[in-house]
Amino acid sequence: MAFGLNTFGPAPKTKVLKMLGYEKYKTEGLYSPAFEHDSCGVGFVVSIKGEKSHDIVEKGLQILKRLSHRGAVGADPQTGDGAGILVQIPHDFYKKVFPKLPQFGSYGTGLLFLPPNKEERKAVKEAFLKIVEKEGQVLLGFRKVPINESEIGESARKTRPVIEQVFIFKGKRVNTRLEFERKLYAIRRKIEKEIKAESFYILNLSSRTVAYKGLLMAEQVEEFFLDLKDPDFKSAIALIHSRYSTNTFPTWDLAQPFRFLAHNGEINTLRGNINWMRARGIDVIVPGGSDSAALDNVFELLTLSGRSMAHSMMMLIPGAWEHDNLMRKEVRDFYKYHACFMEPWDGPAAIAFTDGKDVGAVLDRNGLRPARYIVTNDGLVVMASEVGVLDIKPEQIKYSGRLEPGKMFYIDTETNRIVEDDEIKEEIYSSRFYGQWLTENMVDLDDLHKTGSSVRTGRDLSLQLKSFGYTREDLKIIIKPMAEKGQEPVGSMGNDTPHAVLSQRPQLLYNYFKQLFAQVTNPPIDPIREEVVMSLESYVGPQRDILSESPEHCRKLRVHEPILLNEELERIRSIQKNGFKTKTISIVSPKSLDAICSEAEAAINDGSTFLILSDRGVDKKHSAIPALLAVGAVHQHLVRKALRTKVGIIIESGEPREVHHFALLFGYGADLVNPYLAYEAVGLLVDEGSLFLDETTAVNNYRKAVNKGLKKILSKMGISTLNSYRGAQIFEALGLSDEVIKKCFEGTPSRIGGAGFEIIEKETQLRHQAAFAENGSDLLDTGGIYQWRKDGEFHLWNPESISAIQDAARNNDYGRYKEFAGLIDDQSKQPTSLRSSFKFKAAKAIPIKEVEPVESIMKRFATGAMSFGSISGPAHETIAIAMNAIGGKSNTGEGGEDPARFKDNRRSAIKQVASGRFGVTTNYLVNADELQIKIAQGAKPGEGGQLPGHKVSALIAKTRYTTKGVTLISPPPHHDIYSIEDLAQLIFDLKNVNPSARISVKLVSEIGVGTVAAGVAKGHADMILISGGEGGTGASPISSIRHAGLPWELGLAETHQTLVLNNLRSRVRLQTDGQIRTGRDVAIAAMLGAEEFGFATTMLIISGCVMLRHCHLNNCSVGVATQDPVLAERFRGKPEYIINYFNFLARDLRETMALLGIRTIDELVGRTDLLEVDEKLLPWKAKGLDYSKILYRPKGESHCTQKQEHGIEKILDRELIKKGSGEYKIKNSDRSVGAMLSGEICKKHGEKGLPEDSLRFKFTGCAGQSFGAWLAPGITFELDGLANDYVGKGMFGGKLIIHSPLKNIVIGNTSFYGAIRGEAYIRGMAGERFCVRNSGVNAVVEGVGDHGCEYMTGGRVVILGPTGRNFAAGMSGGIAYVYDKLGEFEPKCNQAMVELEELSLGDQKTVKRLLENHFKYTRSPIAKAVLDDFKAEIKRFVKVMPIEYKRVLTEEEIELLEVGDG
Amino acid sequence: MGNPKGFLKVKRKTCGYRPVCERVKDYNEVFTLRSDRDSEEQSSRCMDCGTPFCNFGCPIGNYIPEWNDLVYNRQWKKAFELLEATNILPEVTGRVCPALCEAACVLGINDDPVTIKDNELAIIEHAFKKGWVVPRPPKKRTGKKVAVIGSGPAGLSAAVHLNRKGHLVTVFEKDDKIGGIMRYGIPEFKLEKHILDRRIKIWEQEGIVFKTEKNIKKNPDGFDAVIWACGALTPRDLKIPGRELEGIYFAMDFLTGNGNAKGKKVVVIGGGDTGADCVGTANRQGARCVVQIELLPCPPIVKTSSSHEEGCERKWSIETKRFVGTDRDLSVRSIRCKNRETGEEFEIEADLVILALGFLKEEPKEKFCAGDMKTGPSLIVRAINDGFEVAREVDRSL
Repeated sequence: MAFGLNTFGPAPKTKVLKMLGYEKYKTEGLYSPAFEHDSCGVGFVVSIKGEKSHDIVEKGLQILKRLSHRGAVGADPQTGDGAGILVQIPHDFYKKVFPKLPQFGSYGTGLLFLPPNKEERKAVKEAFLKIVEKEGQVLLGFRKVPINESEIGESARKTRPVIEQVFIFKGKRVNTRLEFERKLYAIRRKIEKEIKAESFYILNLSSRTVAYKGLLMAEQVEEFFLDLKDPDFKSAIALIHSRYSTNTFPTWDLAQPFRFLAHNGEINTLRGNINWMRARGIDVIVPGGSDSAALDNVFELLTLSGRSMAHSMMMLIPGAWEHDNLMRKEVRDFYKYHACFMEPWDGPAAIAFTDGKDVGAVLDRNGLRPARYIVTNDGLVVMASEVGVLDIKPEQIKYSGRLEPGKMFYIDTETNRIVEDDEIKEEIYSSRFYGQWLTENMVDLDDLHKTGSSVRTGRDLSLQLKSFGYTREDLKIIIKPMAEKGQEPVGSMGNDTPHAVLSQRPQLLYNYFKQLFAQVTNPPIDPIREEVVMSLESYVGPQRDILSESPEHCRKLRVHEPILLNEELERIRSIQKNGFKTKTISIVSPKSLDAICSEAEAAINDGSTFLILSDRGVDKKHSAIPALLAVGAVHQHLVRKALRTKVGIIIESGEPREVHHFALLFGYGADLVNPYLAYEAVGLLVDEGSLFLDETTAVNNYRKAVNKGLKKILSKMGISTLNSYRGAQIFEALGLSDEVIKKCFEGTPSRIGGAGFEIIEKETQLRHQAAFAENGSDLLDTGGIYQWRKDGEFHLWNPESISAIQDAARNNDYGRYKEFAGLIDDQSKQPTSLRSSFKFKAAKAIPIKEVEPVESIMKRFATGAMSFGSISGPAHETIAIAMNAIGGKSNTGEGGEDPARFKDNRRSAIKQVASGRFGVTTNYLVNADELQIKIAQGAKPGEGGQLPGHKVSALIAKTRYTTKGVTLISPPPHHDIYSIEDLAQLIFDLKNVNPSARISVKLVSEIGVGTVAAGVAKGHADMILISGGEGGTGASPISSIRHAGLPWELGLAETHQTLVLNNLRSRVRLQTDGQIRTGRDVAIAAMLGAEEFGFATTMLIISGCVMLRHCHLNNCSVGVATQDPVLAERFRGKPEYIINYFNFLARDLRETMALLGIRTIDELVGRTDLLEVDEKLLPWKAKGLDYSKILYRPKGESHCTQKQEHGIEKILDRELIKKGSGEYKIKNSDRSVGAMLSGEICKKHGEKGLPEDSLRFKFTGCAGQSFGAWLAPGITFELDGLANDYVGKGMFGGKLIIHSPLKNIVIGNTSFYGAIRGEAYIRGMAGERFCVRNSGVNAVVEGVGDHGCEYMTGGRVVILGPTGRNFAAGMSGGIAYVYDKLGEFEPKCNQAMVELEELSLGDQKTVKRLLENHFKYTRSPIAKAVLDDFKAEIKRFVKVMPIEYKRVLTEEEIELLEVGDG
Repeated sequence: MGNPKGFLKVKRKTCGYRPVCERVKDYNEVFTLRSDRDSEEQSSRCMDCGTPFCNFGCPIGNYIPEWNDLVYNRQWKKAFELLEATNILPEVTGRVCPALCEAACVLGINDDPVTIKDNELAIIEHAFKKGWVVPRPPKKRTGKKVAVIGSGPAGLSAAVHLNRKGHLVTVFEKDDKIGGIMRYGIPEFKLEKHILDRRIKIWEQEGIVFKTEKNIKKNPDGFDAVIWACGALTPRDLKIPGRELEGIYFAMDFLTGNGNAKGKKVVVIGGGDTGADCVGTANRQGARCVVQIELLPCPPIVKTSSSHEEGCERKWSIETKRFVGTDRDLSVRSIRCKNRETGEEFEIEADLVILALGFLKEEPKEKFCAGDMKTGPSLIVRAINDGFEVAREVDRSL
């Protein structure tokens, strides 16, 4: 992710050379480069002994080539997204080409990207001369770097800078290397600040390392830089990087490696990290860089400050220490100490770094990026995102390992050794007395003196509640369930109310914000099952200088939960310890934001360490300033003044009540929040008998619910700790003016402008005046957001519109349909959706008969992904039958489809592949016309789902290939998609299984979705679906339904514009859905860029749904969204109704098209010029809205005209299919081996495939990703060697045998994900997430990484070795047997859903059989040892038994011994 | 929603009725109140719909799902507070409203609807019993004066709402007692009149001034605003031969004590609720037999009111051609009818004919008008709503 120049506000007042150059930061329409993401392949090769050779450089380049499938190409196939190499300075070579060089170490050098214009180049060089001299160093000169640009791409060539190299001689007064590096750094920073030209960039400037990189494809690096070919060009270290960027205009300077590091992943908290650096008054982050570049900037600063690389990296990317009791106390103390002044840079990351002497690598705390390494017998270490990137003979391999989350891999080329993680950490923590410092300086809130005082409003409670906008609904639907169950409330059926800025009613400021969420470029986290990585602990109070360390650095207040009780707040208010001082600042009007900011500043100058912004004291004359506005203004003000880190900000407000509110307060800078009025509301519910709990319990429950909800919101964005989330501004505003954003929420996107301060003020006043009106009623307002009410908020689905559409469809009455369309389309009384404010421009009409016929239009209609499970069988089939009849497409939804439906008219053309992979069999995949990868869903993007055991009926269990009564969890992320190149891999997998199906990817609208879509298009998706954030759902937290995701108008327009600008639109089709109902909606969707249109809620309503919004209760009284057979009987829907509706819709659309003079939909796509804003429709708040970005129309091809190149013509499977059983060589670029073969088998033989061992393939080498994916029955794969990630993904009955002479890591991460049947025998260890969401594979492996058997629902797994942390998280079914030789398994097992037991006789038989097979196939010595002394050894096995599974098995008396003889 | 599965477990159960043989002998209310326990159970049938069609169907937008939920949870007091927020006369609508809400109830799509009307009545009667229904005069008077002409549901609704806003309201009524159609158009056995008196007393204590036997014809002086709510007073007539005969009464006249059915053969023309009220009254007066005829064909679902149960023959698609009398005393003896479906003509013996054909709509001339006077004849609940809306308008104008 990169941010535009404006991140830093006005540019510093230095002399800026104005230069020409390509426009790098241009923003067009909704497209903004600020939301680009990148992700990549990263690796290094190093000689442990520090032996420099050209061979190392060549090997580095070789790795680069072998990772090329992890990079991407844009519309121009010859232009990559960037690649490069970082090496030690090849002194001999430079001496040869630049003879006046002094000795190695006494000069610094680096490559420069210079402007093509000669004059400008001259100016740059002059600046160099001046600054180098000023810094007391000597400029030796410049060297033209020889290049060969014949092979590089067109767009790379067009933007290519002139590349030269600078040499700087060490000045006399510089003594140490570090001093010299600091000088070089100072020179670089000064020049960077002085010359702000877009084609000027310093790759690095160092006396140790040099980087060669550019807008190149991996294999082009070597050919482009002629230096790299010279045999004298030698290094002991080669660190490489190949970039896969979503962005549309990749640039030369964003290629990696940077000065110190190369990064694969994404920093989710970047905005906050940048702001916090700025708040410290540290200006090191170069504007316009990527997240990786910013991280490099700060890493560089920390190392130059004198910290070691390892120390610096541990500060920036700490392990998950908060809940890890297995971690050494000293290490935890180290992390805790540093948490006091550095917030984590959070997000998936594999980072390799070097200073030219040492080389290291780390992973993020959750291990979300793959990194494997090999140590050879001749002293070489090869680390890369994949194994097999260098062809190393097996006998040469000494050790094969993987990077582990929280651990560091480190090589010291001077002492010639690999330094163990423990050792390196010990060296760091033992250098200071972190533990002692913490004990002496850190204050725990729990230890503070209890004041006993707790303020309660009591009197006028209802007036207070009204003034803060509480409604009866807030109490009943939000607060009550939270206080009752400690859970956020769940709802269903989407959001059809007006956007805050369009609503006629006064809205809380919170409602103008939408939560952002991770999709594709970065995975959301599961905050429940992977709670080990989450933390809400806060260290509040003044922060000290990050460049030094002292005991006082940890003088902070430690608070375990950020939601304070009243009494806790009082403790802080009266704190008298450690020099802490608290100041309460009233935010009750009349008072200006400026006055509050000045008060805050004055308080800090007066020595206050905590500021409490308080809105207590609201009465008839005083209303509260929205707390969010106040905290935003104060936080931003203090950041600008570099004062923010001097103080902790605490909010004492009556306003926040929903989780979304709290998330916003923290996201915009609050340290702690005390929601005193929400507590009183809880008390009220207790008093009036709505809650049968005592008040303390109820308040604690409420707080628990907020905490849980907060974790969920953090995790949706892929953020694990509140410390890094705070101030990270992970929101988009919808309907706020620039003036508000600038003052209070700077950096937050607000793309259509909107309400200013006066409107916000007026909304507050309206509420306040109504509350304190004379003779006003005590009764709280109705609300009507979650449930329609006559006197509540407007809903598009209301009794009138529901009746109209049902009548129309049932009676085949077009007149009634038109009444319906009128109710929806004419929103003059209450504009609701963004599109409601549009009108069609007058155009020359054509006769309707010239318009594309109804039949062909209907082919573009699809129905939304609603699983059989979320809706009843009859409802699901009714929709499928209707869609098959009109030539449209219905969608299975997540959860498979009964194979009996595959061949008849009840078949769903679209088969969905979601994160749970339930029912995704090979047979399911080959029976699809379209395979849809669901990345997110509109109602709850970034979240997983859960089908509780009691809803898993026999039929559902059958279609999902699981066990009746056992809970099914869909994880928030696809565990095989943590970044964009992973998605490309899944697309490739699916295309292999079923080459005739088109592959679509479902995304949800949010800012940046366009750039994500560009990446998806580059990943070869055939169709991209942009879902609106308002869409319906079976069950979702209420706050997600309303506050996560944006309307499709924005997402679709952004995607369309970005793809057109990028020349990618012609390769991919676009579909949109989310509250589309009428011909007008469809026409607008087409104009904004969609070729196809999806409908879900409307389908249900036509089938009889009356919006009870009970889907999550399994209690649908009309039999639509239920699995209860009694209720399903009540279903009255008919396919004819749906067919009628679609005929009406197409007819309605044709009428519009005729009026607009448009003949075909293709002609209509992207025609925003036919739309204009209906100004007079905009309500009072919305006068400032600016739709021009949505209506922007870029030039270029604007609909899909060509097919994607999937690259499946020359793959290994073609050979396997042709030649059949036999022996084959395999390498890491042979990906998805077995998938196409399996698809062929299921196409021919269906579900049952072939008899066991019918086809046997033996491979030697390193297998690429997804080895044995969806392996069909009858196929046996044997691999002698190593395999990468996703082994056995979706395996469906095949047999997989992998052995390697190595003891160590043999297969990568995420293996047997969603596998259904079959057997696997792995001699060696596996990475993280072994058997994740396994439904039924029986597997043996000799050790696993973290999160083993996560979400497993079936199958038997034997683990003959160590496991990582969080084993069995979310494991609801199946059994694991762990050979716990050392007795250390228990603390590593997440026992929330499982019990540890002894093995029964039946279990022993199972294990024995599996081990016999394991030995038979792999000759495993471990298996042999166990079998040889089975009676004794079997006692050392632990049985991991899911509690629910056990209950079900006992009830059903299912035969446990289901393991075959093999 | 107290119990999500309530609608599957509990069968619909309405208020009970006293036995016909007993109730026709008096003018006391025909039904018996349900026990609180029954009401709590019945409330559990409410599904607390995301889109409550009942709330939509109810002209005054009663918060039906909310109070159903509260009743289920035995939070009667809160239920009462919510009921009171939308409805000034739940004890009347709970007895005599045709319950559009129940017709709209989502559960009614494929099951028996929730007993919304009975739940409403249960809440308000519970509240009266507990003494929760107390005068709540406005905290502060605005000093503005408003006159309301007519004390039917529309006028009272306007008066109550304006009084709550702090205006001083005087209600003028031409008859001797407050209540309009509720007092004079609805028979005692459907609505005992002490129910009205109970409420009016509270309103008096809240500060509303009631002046009866004041037949106001033009805007009275001394008021900042005047609201006219005099109802629809002109009954629809049946101008056919024989109309001049004796023994033919308009329903409203009959219900207010004109004519006596004792020992007579009664024909009620008009199949609506007022017609049913006439049937019940005629039976109580001791009619020999009662026939009710309706011009429209028999609907698929026939609504049987308590009065019908008490003895009445109902005929559909009947057009009345003329009234037939004897020359001797010029009173009606039978009516000549035609079956509109078969075309067959026949006579029905009748020595008392009641015309229950509704009222005519007249064009209102005043600035602020409410209820039947403005909308034409309609339901009490619509009049209450209309009174409220006009009150809001008046309040804004003051």
